[in-house]
Amino acid sequence: MDSFLYILALAGIKLGIVFTLVLLAAAALVYLERRIAGIIQDRLGPNRTGPFGLLQPFADVTKLLMKEDIVPEAANKKIHGIAPIITLGVAFVVYAVIPFGDYILINGEKIYMGLATAPDINIGILFILAMTSVGIYGITLAGWSSNNKYSLIGGLRSAAQMVSYEIAMGLALVGVVMLTGSFGLSDIVRHQDGWLWNIFTQPLGFIIFLTASFAEMNRTPFDLPEADAELVGGYNTEYSGMKFGMFFLAEYANMATSSAIIALVYLGGWTLPVPAETLGLEDGSVLLGLAQFVTFIVKIFAMTIFIIWVRWSIPRFRYDQLMHLGWKILLPLGLINLVLTAVGIKIFA
Amino acid sequence: MINEFILALPLLLIAIGSILVLMLDAATRNKQIVYYTSILVLLGLGISAGYTLQFDVAIIAQADKTISANTIFYGGMSAVFDIIFAMGGLLTLFASREYLQRNYKEINECYSLVLLAVVGMVVIAHSNSLIMLFLGVELMSIVFYILTGFFRNREHALEAALKYFILGSFASGFLLYGIALIYGSTGSLILSDISQQIASGNYNSIYLSIGLGLMTVGLCFKVAAFPFHQWAPDVYYGSPTAISGFLCTSGKAAALVALVVVAKNVLSVETSNVNYLLESTTARNILAGISACTMIIGNLSALAQKNVKRMLAYSSVAHAGYILMGIVACSTEGFYAVAFYCAVYLFMQVGAFAIVGFIEFRDEGNMLISDYADLRTTHPALAAAMACFMLSLAGIPPFGGFFGKYFLFVAAIKSGYLWLTLIAVVASIISMYFYIGLILTMYFKNNENPINVGKMQGTKLTVALSIIGVILLGIMPNVFYGLFNFTF
Amino acid sequence: MTLEIISFVVFALLAIASALLVITAKHPVVSAMSMIFHFFMLAGLYLTLSAQFIAVMQVMVYAGAIMVLVVFAIMLLNLGDEGKLRSGFNFRKLVAWFLGGALAVQIAVLLSNGALSNTAISEKASELGTAQVIGGELFTNYIYPIEIVGILLFAAIVGAIYMAKKNLPTEE
Repeated sequence: MDSFLYILALAGIKLGIVFTLVLLAAAALVYLERRIAGIIQDRLGPNRTGPFGLLQPFADVTKLLMKEDIVPEAANKKIHGIAPIITLGVAFVVYAVIPFGDYILINGEKIYMGLATAPDINIGILFILAMTSVGIYGITLAGWSSNNKYSLIGGLRSAAQMVSYEIAMGLALVGVVMLTGSFGLSDIVRHQDGWLWNIFTQPLGFIIFLTASFAEMNRTPFDLPEADAELVGGYNTEYSGMKFGMFFLAEYANMATSSAIIALVYLGGWTLPVPAETLGLEDGSVLLGLAQFVTFIVKIFAMTIFIIWVRWSIPRFRYDQLMHLGWKILLPLGLINLVLTAVGIKIFA
Repeated sequence: MINEFILALPLLLIAIGSILVLMLDAATRNKQIVYYTSILVLLGLGISAGYTLQFDVAIIAQADKTISANTIFYGGMSAVFDIIFAMGGLLTLFASREYLQRNYKEINECYSLVLLAVVGMVVIAHSNSLIMLFLGVELMSIVFYILTGFFRNREHALEAALKYFILGSFASGFLLYGIALIYGSTGSLILSDISQQIASGNYNSIYLSIGLGLMTVGLCFKVAAFPFHQWAPDVYYGSPTAISGFLCTSGKAAALVALVVVAKNVLSVETSNVNYLLESTTARNILAGISACTMIIGNLSALAQKNVKRMLAYSSVAHAGYILMGIVACSTEGFYAVAFYCAVYLFMQVGAFAIVGFIEFRDEGNMLISDYADLRTTHPALAAAMACFMLSLAGIPPFGGFFGKYFLFVAAIKSGYLWLTLIAVVASIISMYFYIGLILTMYFKNNENPINVGKMQGTKLTVALSIIGVILLGIMPNVFYGLFNFTF
Repeated sequence: MTLEIISFVVFALLAIASALLVITAKHPVVSAMSMIFHFFMLAGLYLTLSAQFIAVMQVMVYAGAIMVLVVFAIMLLNLGDEGKLRSGFNFRKLVAWFLGGALAVQIAVLLSNGALSNTAISEKASELGTAQVIGGELFTNYIYPIEIVGILLFAAIVGAIYMAKKNLPTEE
């Protein structure tokens, strides 16, 4: 029972830390998005709330909390309420397998810097893929339960889009898995140690994965489920107050998640740019853990800034173009990447 | 030591060939090339199967089987059935081309789908593992669902396809559940291991009995045997006529092979365990009951039909009943008889369906028995051929159908199922009525405007080959039987 | 050991509860949602058996792909409350009860037969459930079956496209 309580306590503490981090990241991303949009559009963006407008996200959240929660008369109330929770829940659950660093030793005991208590579980990537495929339900159900044609179209679009791009995404990941020989995220990161980033060995896979990630996040240029101009906001048209807030939060949490996955799988994750020995850091020391953590966070933020930059630079795809890209371009490219990787491994390894 | 790949050649050839044909179809859109390549692939299957047939069973048993990990059965019976399936595919292709051109647009998918179905059948014939067996049955069934509904804009076809699909999926569920229970009972999926486990009494009898029962239900559905035969007439009637012949001969033969494969390894094992709910004799008695009911019901229902295609469909149910006798006998002789009857039945039924498809007019016209009246004046050759097939189906010498039934009856009597044989004889006599009735209509009834559908084109080949097959097997059954010297 | 039992009981109870909800829920969407939940609980049960790969595949394939299609169909058909469709006693229901009862009896017999008495999770289980082992098996002992599965899926795709194609090719 002792070990059971210990596992529970450890998981609880880690959960608290990760949860706070994700929420903070989401808030920071909201701020970043608005500021960067401002810069790109040659205006200021929010700069009144707090120093440099830093408190703006919190003001936003407060506003959403204070707003009246309106549920349409014809909506399916239960599902209307559950949908945003599913969306947000799935966005958070993915963090269960994301390692923020290698491990630190406390009292001679290895504590891994990730939610999973046993990081040797060899299914990290598969878990992420499974969760993204489940994430469809939140948006689809939101669209359906609102009983509004725009919402429904948005929901259906999102389901079709995510199902289509999942395949290309999975195929791109298979290349990485072949190189590493493991589904575990920690193994994949360790394999990239010393600037052997997968983005260099798998450039095609990286492009496919990046494109598919945009589609999975429902971000521009693939934000067809929202498509303000055609669908008045799509699946979340009928949401207000904190329920809308949850969707809002989930979008940014998803952005952080996707950036984290890209950073882990293709950008070397938490591996330090220089070997730990040159920095004089001991294996398992808290300082090394901190260094790894900071490296990882920097990569995530670089990635998110890229994502925001794309949103404000590239217009939205048309629906048929989206399907064409997914099925006729990305899927064959994914297969080509698979074959190239296999041939490469056979020749060089 | 024979190389494993040589033994697996039929399977590999047809599998790769079928995919190749589909690719070719996508690449060229030239219907000629696709058609002739399909024929070449099937010929390759037949020839390679004939080549593997020459190896003795003892030699094959010693061959290295590391690649297939013993999931595949080589040579012998499977090779014989490969040849039957290749023949079925060829006859169907010859008959279907003209039929498709006339009744519908010629669509190449038809040829590739026939090839894919043959892949499924070959997999069944070669399976030495329950997984392979299930995959083969499933591959064949899925292709059949599509082929049944191939004429998408016809109501009958859609109804048949939907019915077949829904019921067939349930049957596959039964099959799979049965396989799971058998695996749970014996701890192996390899059939030869399973029979060893049973022989040594190292299994759980309740699991095994329930598993076998469920598998029998699933396979009896695919064979269209008695309580599960309801779908068959509708499906055979709704499918394109050239395909119906394929469904109820090759498809039936494949499902029967599946039963043979299971029976050979499981039912023929002497069991010492008393706790065996469904011991070998009980299981065989149940199968005998199914067989008897199938023949009687099939023939009685066929009596009432006015439509030739429907009549053939019901009679095919009855023929499944006859063939089941060979499995009931559960002896080497019985399995030989099954293979022989499958071959004969292939020729006569595909030939008959080819003629029906040829006479059939657009929009399913010209299909009543009364439409066939006085066929001898407009199409004497067709009428003669049809008469041959009908006589053979009824089991009258010198046609192949007679010896097919003879071998089955002998096998059943030898293993003590005299009553079943008597029922089979009675059922055959009932069937005479409608088989001979059609001949009488064609030759002795007058028709004011007898049907005239023009000259025979490609169907000629199918009919001619079928006639040759039916007569050759009737005159020299020993030639075909000679093939079996190598089996088992 | 205790952790195993606790998680097993939790997952099993939730799985049964959600399975019941699937058949009792009045609204098809609620049924579908509980089905998805049920698949998650099954995945949890697989995890307690150390079959990680199958657990994730369960979620990915069933909850992530197949149920999406089901939900899709429900939404497009706009299925309403099932309540209207309910009828009183009929023969079909009787048969359904009978078959369900038979299955329950079968399971009870199998359990009492001692077939499942050896419930301890084998030490080997954790070695068998990983992706490496499954992949190794698939591409050595099961190489022929896996190739046949490829052909099977290929045939199914061809069929689906043929059936769904809007315009059949016209020529002549």
